[in-house]
Amino acid sequence: MTQKIIRLSKLDKFYGEFQALSQINLDIQTGEFFSLLGPSGCGKTTLLRAIAGFETLSSGSLHIDGVSMDGVPANKRPTNMVFQSYAIFPHMSVAENIAYGLKARKLPKAEIKASVAEAINMVGLEGFDDRASHALSGGQRQRVALARALVLKPRVLLLDEPLSALDKKLREQMQSELRRLQRAVGITFVLVTHDQEEALTMSDRIAVMFDGKIEQVASPQILYGKPSNRKVAAFIGMMNFLDAKVLTTSGDNVEVEVQSLGKLTLPLAQATGGLNGCNSVGVRPEMLTILMGSQTSEREIEAEVTEVYYYGDMTYYDVKLPAKEDPITVTMRNTAGREVLEVGAKARVGWSTSSLLLLK
Amino acid sequence: MADFQKWRRSESAQGLFLISPTLGFALLLLAVPLIMVVALSFWTQDYLTLDRTFTTANYQTAWTEPMYQYLMARSLKISIFVTAVTVLVAYPVAYFISFHVAPKRKAMWIFLITIPFWTSYLMRIFLWKVILGYNGVINGTLTGLGIIDEPLSFILYNQNAVVITLAHAWIPFAILPIFVALERVDRSLIEAAEDLGDSGLRRFFRVTLPLSMPGVIAATIIVFIPTIGDYVTPRLVGGPNGLMISNMIELQFKKANNAPLGAALAISAMGIVTFFALVFLWMNRKYVRGPS
Amino acid sequence: MRGKIGFFRWFIGLFLLFLYGPAILLPVFAFNTSSIVSFPLSGFTTEWFSVLLTNGTLHVAARNSLLIAITTAIFSTLLAVLAARASTRFSFFGRRSIMGFVMLPMVLPEIIIGVSLLVVIIQMGFELSLWSITMGHILICTPFCIAILSSAFMNLDKSLEEASFDLGQTRWNTFWLVIFPLVMPGIIASLLIAFTISLDEFIIAFFLAGTEPTLPVYIWGQLRFPAKLPGLMALGTVLLLVSIGLLLIADFFRRRGIRKTGIENTGGFL
Repeated sequence: MTQKIIRLSKLDKFYGEFQALSQINLDIQTGEFFSLLGPSGCGKTTLLRAIAGFETLSSGSLHIDGVSMDGVPANKRPTNMVFQSYAIFPHMSVAENIAYGLKARKLPKAEIKASVAEAINMVGLEGFDDRASHALSGGQRQRVALARALVLKPRVLLLDEPLSALDKKLREQMQSELRRLQRAVGITFVLVTHDQEEALTMSDRIAVMFDGKIEQVASPQILYGKPSNRKVAAFIGMMNFLDAKVLTTSGDNVEVEVQSLGKLTLPLAQATGGLNGCNSVGVRPEMLTILMGSQTSEREIEAEVTEVYYYGDMTYYDVKLPAKEDPITVTMRNTAGREVLEVGAKARVGWSTSSLLLLK
Repeated sequence: MADFQKWRRSESAQGLFLISPTLGFALLLLAVPLIMVVALSFWTQDYLTLDRTFTTANYQTAWTEPMYQYLMARSLKISIFVTAVTVLVAYPVAYFISFHVAPKRKAMWIFLITIPFWTSYLMRIFLWKVILGYNGVINGTLTGLGIIDEPLSFILYNQNAVVITLAHAWIPFAILPIFVALERVDRSLIEAAEDLGDSGLRRFFRVTLPLSMPGVIAATIIVFIPTIGDYVTPRLVGGPNGLMISNMIELQFKKANNAPLGAALAISAMGIVTFFALVFLWMNRKYVRGPS
Repeated sequence: MRGKIGFFRWFIGLFLLFLYGPAILLPVFAFNTSSIVSFPLSGFTTEWFSVLLTNGTLHVAARNSLLIAITTAIFSTLLAVLAARASTRFSFFGRRSIMGFVMLPMVLPEIIIGVSLLVVIIQMGFELSLWSITMGHILICTPFCIAILSSAFMNLDKSLEEASFDLGQTRWNTFWLVIFPLVMPGIIASLLIAFTISLDEFIIAFFLAGTEPTLPVYIWGQLRFPAKLPGLMALGTVLLLVSIGLLLIADFFRRRGIRKTGIENTGGFL
């Protein structure tokens, strides 16, 4: 049975008049890789720092492992943090950095030495023990920060945008390494990031935040496939929106009038955030097809290509539908025999009712 | 109580607690003494007994007696001259270090400029006497080279000597803030000005100078205000016509035994320089649009 | 373009001559045999330096100055550490005005500080002593120390403290294990700067000196006697070398501090 390691309820945080967090309710399961995702300034870092004990709550409660953290300072919490800047102590060697927390616990010297060696092995920094920390590369600094926190075997590891300072290639490498590390140690990871791709590839579950509020908590697949509202849908991946109006509901179906597509009947389950207030239909670009030759689809509509972006493996088309001013985007894989259309060409866009989401 | 507990742990409380010893020291040894000097300036002294009845007599003397008026005006004039000379010499030097010295060497140049400042203050002034004197270095060199027949006498024991010596003492303090301001000027702004058709001097006066104005202002204030308080330089190289108000303040406090008048003179001098500094700041804000 | 560089070269050359003139003459006359300080030079001697070794009054003045300078260095650095830490780490009520007030002695004419301390000491009925000079020196040195230490504290990444705290250390240990070692170079630089300023300070010392002279007060007294001048030149040379030595040490520590915290070197002192 999965247990809740972190329980946040009705959490508020004010800075003077400004509300950084409002009514946060969140449970994080033991052993999961959890991400807080949102644009900068949405409060995700504040939330992480509140869990770590660097921010005091204005109201609400925070329990870690069933224990209330009210009045428990950061140095007494069963959490450890990997800082955005890594915060490697510049006057200490790699080994001294990793031993720092163990020394604070006043463990015997031999035990500290063994633990440090194990941690250095774990993050792949063998032979770097005595390296001065200012002589490390960005990736190495991050490994030290990870080892320094993990060596204390915390109940929860908090990571504040740990990959943002790395270049693209190293970032991708560290993503898979972090995931592997998390599975190996079995510790709950809570990651803060503004990079949706990073969150999707690494996490078991993701909380999407805007303006101090959590909009949706779900697995990556559900978040991408069934976003609960327009905001989340637009933030994660690309989404085309068409105006829509709910006409009637009957049983498990709902009848809607959709811009360009006309009157449709959709299953109620496709209104992922509930039917209340729904005013648009969303469809992912890859769910649409540019039909060639004799190809057919469940439904199709005539459109005109207004812009072509060629990416090599993919082509992105902006196409204009009748009765809709802004173009929508269609992405196609450049498979064998598929020709790339030119601007101004007429195109048949294939779609299906099952790929439409009814959103508010 | 809970609120108080919370406040005690707040940033504000921790900050105030930390700074309290330093603030306390400054209050005790700066604020209290300054207030006492102000009080003293409204009292009178007869030899060694102090009369604590309130009177503005000291200020009347300080502001109406021709000797004090004259000394005050001369001090102000010398201070303004020193400041102008210092800033005018400092600017090209700061400009040179900022724009014509390789980045790696800049720190060394700044160090080079501060070294003479650490020569003993009194010895430095005295050596200017040796340099400027009747048989001094300059006259010796000039007569030796046959440029002049008679040694120049207008360079020592007068106001020129005071200006030169004080400018020498303060120049590092003027170069540093101007240098810092010039370093902060975004080089692409200067390139942009050039790209837009300005060149040479026009570019300097329209872009570089306005952007470095904060440094010039800092240099001016740093030099102008303390200069008025020097009584050693005028005494050593100023001669009878080079004495400044500080010499009079010192005289009143020490030999003349009239501390209240000395206090009134000191406060008047402070007031006047502060006033001029504020006027300068105000004019600068009004006529030069530097970066905010 | 060449004309411009040429102008600068001449200007900087003349400027350096002006700047270094007195400093160069000092050792020149210190090694000159003639007891009159003027050109032409008459010959080389180290006699004036050996005179320094046997001058009892000078030794007393030097001892006084050292005592004052060491005390000043320690206390003004302590006060500056508190102020710099408070102003860079915490935002508190009235921070700007409090810092402005504490930094005020940097621009206040020294005669004003001398006069006001004199008034207080006499009004309170205290005797003028080495202590009164020390107090004045702490007052004027503290702003310089704050300037140096503020940049040391400002370069300190706040997350280092948080990391230490997060890893289980107490606030007190965090200060000694993380903050203190990292600002140590700044503290050493601050000690040396305060020491050097105090050692050379005359205006305040002259106002507040009782019966015991400091080195500059002693020098001032001797300047009236032409026969003493070559000896003073030798003394000045020694003092200059001591000052430059201390400054080089201070600069070395400042640079090491910069290297340690991994921040770009951006110039000299003050």
